[in-house]
Amino acid sequence: MEQIELMNILRNSGYNIDVFEGIDCVTCLVKKEDLYDFMKFLKTDEKLKFNMIVDVTAVDYPEDRPRFEIVYHVYSIDNNIRLRIKLKVEENDSLESVTSLWKGAEWLEREVFDMFGITFNNHPDLRRILMNEDFKYYPLRKDFPLQGIEES
Amino acid sequence: MGIESHLGIITTSLDKVVNWARKNSLWPMTFGLACCALEMMVAASARHDIARFGAEVFRGSPRQSDLLIVPGTLTKKMAPYVIKLYNQMPEPKWVIAYGACACSGGLFNTYNVVQGVDKIIPVDVYVAGCPPKPEALLRAIVMLRAKIEKESLKDRV
Repeated sequence: MEQIELMNILRNSGYNIDVFEGIDCVTCLVKKEDLYDFMKFLKTDEKLKFNMIVDVTAVDYPEDRPRFEIVYHVYSIDNNIRLRIKLKVEENDSLESVTSLWKGAEWLEREVFDMFGITFNNHPDLRRILMNEDFKYYPLRKDFPLQGIEES
Repeated sequence: MGIESHLGIITTSLDKVVNWARKNSLWPMTFGLACCALEMMVAASARHDIARFGAEVFRGSPRQSDLLIVPGTLTKKMAPYVIKLYNQMPEPKWVIAYGACACSGGLFNTYNVVQGVDKIIPVDVYVAGCPPKPEALLRAIVMLRAKIEKESLKDRV
């Protein structure tokens, strides 16, 4: 599948999304409310078949409101094409988990929770994955000092 | 020592005999944390041959080991388990901090790395390097042997 074809399918999908050609793959911006439905569409659509989740991560822009940008990368094994999905969330927002669609998203979402403190609804096991359980901070936030905070 | 050898006996101190036995059978624990562990494995290979110093038997259990080589970056999440392993080792036991990270945190002066193994357990020999060559581990073992020779049973059960 070519990028143009993918972009056309996405633009005609009926979701309120902004599709453009990114540096290395097609990128689309979605609304927080549409996320789960849109991801389900990507996974289940007969033509697209995005059957693999590559990455779930976040970026902290401390000056911006909303502050965080969540980035999903999905890959279609059948079509050999990649897609990036981005959305903005605020510090206390919680997102819908996509673990029920892709099992592989479970640990990726746990990592986002551990490092940025963004919570996911309907996640089967949302615990810290890298830091110890009694750690109170979210170390990949820009306002967290590299050498940590004492007593932690 | 030795003047009675024609009688088939020798006289010496218990410290000397015990230390001689201990220093010649320093069994390390099979344990690795990061890239330094690979250098430690090389030290056990034929080229470097850690067996020359009686330390070739890498035990799979802390209960059978005398020597804990801590090779690599000790993260705060791993620290409780290293303490547990150390406590599981029977006396007498020794610790080598192998590599810059184990000595001082090394390059990782960050929130998730313990700044030196000596923050959590006592260390006998420090080995500098990132990673140290296998020869450095051999030298550490030679230094540890020298240290064991000077020990007394009174100080260590």
